[in-house]
Amino acid sequence: MATTDRKDKTMSMKAAIAAFVHDGGTVCLEGFTHLVPTAAGHEIIRQGRRDLTVVRMTADIVVDQMIAAGCVSRLVSSFVGNSSAGSLGELRRRIETGEPAPLAFEEYSHYGMICRYLAGAQRLPFHPLRSYGGSDLPSVNSGLRKVTSPYPGPDGEPEQIYVVPPVNPDVTIIHAQRADRSGNTQMWGLTGIQAEAVYAAEKAIVVVEEIVDDEVIRSDPNRTLVPAHAVDAVVVCPRGAHPSFAQGYYDRDNAFYRAWSHISKDPQRLQDWLAEWVLGTADHAEYVDRLGEEFWAGLAVGEALSLPVNYGRRL
Amino acid sequence: MTTTTTTTTTTAPDAITSSELLSVVASRELAARRTVFAGIGLPTLATELAHLTVAPEIEVVYESGVCGAHPSHLPETIADAVLITGAEAVLSMPALFGCVLQGGHIDVGFLGAAQIDRWGNLNTSVIGDWDSPSVRLPGSGGGIEVMANSREVFVVMRRHNPRSFTGNLDFCTTPGPDRALAEGIRPLGAGVTRVITELGILARAGVGEELRLVAVHPGVTVEQVRAATGWDLKVADTVDTVPPPTAAELRLLREDVDPGRVYLR
Repeated sequence: MATTDRKDKTMSMKAAIAAFVHDGGTVCLEGFTHLVPTAAGHEIIRQGRRDLTVVRMTADIVVDQMIAAGCVSRLVSSFVGNSSAGSLGELRRRIETGEPAPLAFEEYSHYGMICRYLAGAQRLPFHPLRSYGGSDLPSVNSGLRKVTSPYPGPDGEPEQIYVVPPVNPDVTIIHAQRADRSGNTQMWGLTGIQAEAVYAAEKAIVVVEEIVDDEVIRSDPNRTLVPAHAVDAVVVCPRGAHPSFAQGYYDRDNAFYRAWSHISKDPQRLQDWLAEWVLGTADHAEYVDRLGEEFWAGLAVGEALSLPVNYGRRL
Repeated sequence: MTTTTTTTTTTAPDAITSSELLSVVASRELAARRTVFAGIGLPTLATELAHLTVAPEIEVVYESGVCGAHPSHLPETIADAVLITGAEAVLSMPALFGCVLQGGHIDVGFLGAAQIDRWGNLNTSVIGDWDSPSVRLPGSGGGIEVMANSREVFVVMRRHNPRSFTGNLDFCTTPGPDRALAEGIRPLGAGVTRVITELGILARAGVGEELRLVAVHPGVTVEQVRAATGWDLKVADTVDTVPPPTAAELRLLREDVDPGRVYLR
């Protein structure tokens, strides 16, 4: 049996961000609370990218950090909060006071964002959804438009429905549990909108906890949510989703989520945090080391294995 | 203190917290409901308690995509790893929002808000002007979809005051069906049917109806609720007194649902 002759797409985080994230570009970071690509966001900060449009359903800590570092001029999102742990201090300052610089914010709902990714991935001109009727959002977001369905409604009368435009980021970055060297990416647990966000983009970077042999991937092809053909770079970055979690690898750092509300509330404290933990580290490995073994032991998880399934083989 | 030899000693009624009160009242309202779309916090407590009391067949669908969770510990967020391990299903976002929610499979959605008006329209975007708000709130999340597509929506509000219960929303993020219909969009559900607060319960049946006061907690007067509401609140012909949490409800809540008092602050 021939082993795969696919291209090896593994790169360092530094090289991948340098190659695919450019000033003024549109960058999508996805991962719905789980598998948040934090380490990639930190590398964008280290490389000093400017004037980015960030697209992310749940803009949380990593987005607040990128805004505070001056990387972001526009945010497209459906939830701008620190999970259930409080506020994003920098984002609120920028929107509420315009200090130290304003932030343009395009507000959608979750399903509005999902439909934008779906339309983007399928190169459709728009995607309809049964949301927004009566909302004030269309008055502040010209992307939300109403059309008349070409088909009659259930009562035989013309039916009005809102639509959202496609989103096609220059690059989408996701974090996953594992991939092979060519980019066949396997995820489990909360899988959110990552696959659609990858297909919507021109380029895709997949950051993984570990690279595994082709045989591991091919023993369970249904778990491959993003196939190699959609991936441009594979970056190995263990614990790169901290303070979020990677199901089966490490738990969520809830204490840091709570701490962020306090850190981000004080602009100087926030800048000091960035200086120490992002700009003051060469890469994510140093960030991980600095947190220390004892810290990581506190986020360790036990084993809960799935039972194997039988794919069968022709006799 | 003295010669108490009776059984229910751990549940002195004067020790009931507002979280416990709201959770118990919300749980009772879930009787006979099957599928609930809930976030973390008071809705989690209410649905877990309902599961042990009035709605044994209740199933919670979380906004993270988890259905039929069997968590080993009380989850801290809708995306807590303990919700996933051992769950019956974990759905992608398009399946959750497209098929489950918009497909009409949710009986009751739980929502919170900074502001609510007499029709049950909600503001979760800004306090003040949209362009330069005094407070930037988190935004819709899935709230717009929960409102548009759940059969009915319950709102739990810790604070009942005229700023939160307002005659005019600063911004309507999440419209109820009346606002949607005015724009020619037919929503699936009835909108907000219950608002549970520290003062009592407001209710409405659906399209065309304002919220009205249907029950007050013991010791709360109708006038007190009207004064705490920023519009001329309608009052039902008969205003019930909410029965206080029973010893059995409190024991389940404290010992089985949230023994670590993660949400029962």
